[in-house]
Amino acid sequence: MENEVKLTKLASCAGCGAKVGAGVLAQLLDGIRVRTDPNLLVGFDKSDDASVYRISDELALVQTVDFFPPIVDDPYVFGAIAATNALSDVYAMGGEPKLALNVMAIPADMPKEVVHEMLRGGYDKAYEAGAIITGGHSILDPEPKYGLAVTGFVHPDRVLTNSGAVPGDVLFLTKPLGIGILTTAAKAELTTPAGMTLAQKLMLTLNRGARDVMVNYRVHACTDVTGFGLLGHCTEMAQGSGVEIHLDVNAIDLIPEALEFARMGVLPEGMYRNRTFAEPHVDAGEAALAVQDMLYDPQTSGGLLIAVDPQDADELFEELRDAVPSAQRIGTAEEYRGGKRIFLHQ
Amino acid sequence: MIDARGLSCPMPVVMVQKEVQKNAPQELTVRVDSMVCVENITRYAHLQGYEVQYTQDGGDFVLTLHK
Repeated sequence: MENEVKLTKLASCAGCGAKVGAGVLAQLLDGIRVRTDPNLLVGFDKSDDASVYRISDELALVQTVDFFPPIVDDPYVFGAIAATNALSDVYAMGGEPKLALNVMAIPADMPKEVVHEMLRGGYDKAYEAGAIITGGHSILDPEPKYGLAVTGFVHPDRVLTNSGAVPGDVLFLTKPLGIGILTTAAKAELTTPAGMTLAQKLMLTLNRGARDVMVNYRVHACTDVTGFGLLGHCTEMAQGSGVEIHLDVNAIDLIPEALEFARMGVLPEGMYRNRTFAEPHVDAGEAALAVQDMLYDPQTSGGLLIAVDPQDADELFEELRDAVPSAQRIGTAEEYRGGKRIFLHQ
Repeated sequence: MIDARGLSCPMPVVMVQKEVQKNAPQELTVRVDSMVCVENITRYAHLQGYEVQYTQDGGDFVLTLHK
C-alpha cells in the first residue's frame, strides 16, 4: 500500500525510547500504598516485566501492557512490532500469551486505511503468537500510539523473574543490540535500506522461540531487553538477584551500522536516560564510549536476557541457536562483592 | 553559527555533520536547547578531531568546536 502518512513524523520519541526512565518511575510511585495478596507471585516491587497471579496450584495468570508511538512509517509493520513487543513480556516470564486487548490512540484526521493496517499488523502478530485479541480501547490523540494489554498463563512453579539469578549462572542474549540507534538514525533518513530491514526483522521476531527453548532448562532469571537497554536491564537483574554481572563485551552482537552511528553521535535521548540510571552501577573497564552507548541503547522489541544454571548452559546454547540463530553467550552472574553491579570485560 | 534549537535528535548533530563535511571549518559555534544534543555533537566533534567546549545561556547551550 502507498503510505501517504509518515507515521514517525507524528511521534516525538521512537518506540521504547519513549519509556519513562527507571529512576523516575520509582519516584512517581514513591509513597503510594501497595497492597499485597498471597497469590500475587510477581508484583511491582522487583520492576519485573509482567505481574503474575496464582489462580491454582497448576495455573498462574501473567498480565502486562505495552504501547508506544510509531517507530516505523509502515502502519502494518508498526502494529506488528508494537504487538511483538507487548507479547514479549509474557515470554520473559516463561509464560504463553493467550488473550490480548488493543490499546490505541489515533489522530482524528488519520486515514482509516492507515488505522486498519496498524490493527491488522497487531492481529497478525497476536495470531502468530497463538493469542487472540478480544477487544480494546481507543482514544483520540494528535500523537498515534499502539500496543496491547496481554494476558497469558504460566505454571506457578515455573515463573521466570528478573531477580532469580544466582552466582555461577551463564547469561544469554537472543537478539543483537542497536535497534534504538537505527530507528533514531532513520528519523533523519540516515539508515541504509539493509539496516532498516534488519532492524524491522529483529523487532518483528517474537521471543516465543527463545521462550520455548529456555523453559526446558534450569533458567533462574529472565527479562526482555527493551527500553532500559542491556545495561539497564542487567542492573535491575543484578540488584534484584543480589548478584553482580560480568559481561564479555566482545561476545555481544552489536549491529555494525548502529555502532557506526553511535560513533557519529546519532544517539537517542533514551540512551542518555539509561546511562543516568545505570552508570553508577557499571564498571565500564576499557570499553570504548560508542560500545558503551550501544549497551545503553533502548531496544524496542529486544531479545531475552536469560540466566541459566552453568550445568545447562552448553546444551541450552546449542538448542537456542537452532531456534534463534542470533542468540549469544554474553557473560556470567557472580557473587556480589559490594560496589559496582556490572563489569564490562574486553 | 548553527542554530539547532527546537529540533529533536538526531537533527542537530546531523546539521553539524553536514557543515563539517561541506566546509571543514576550523571553528564552529552551535546553539542547542538540550544536553542530549550537547552530548551527541560532542561525540561527533571528537571523532572529527575537534576540541569542544560549551556554556549554558539561559535554557540554551552554546557549543564551540575548534581544531
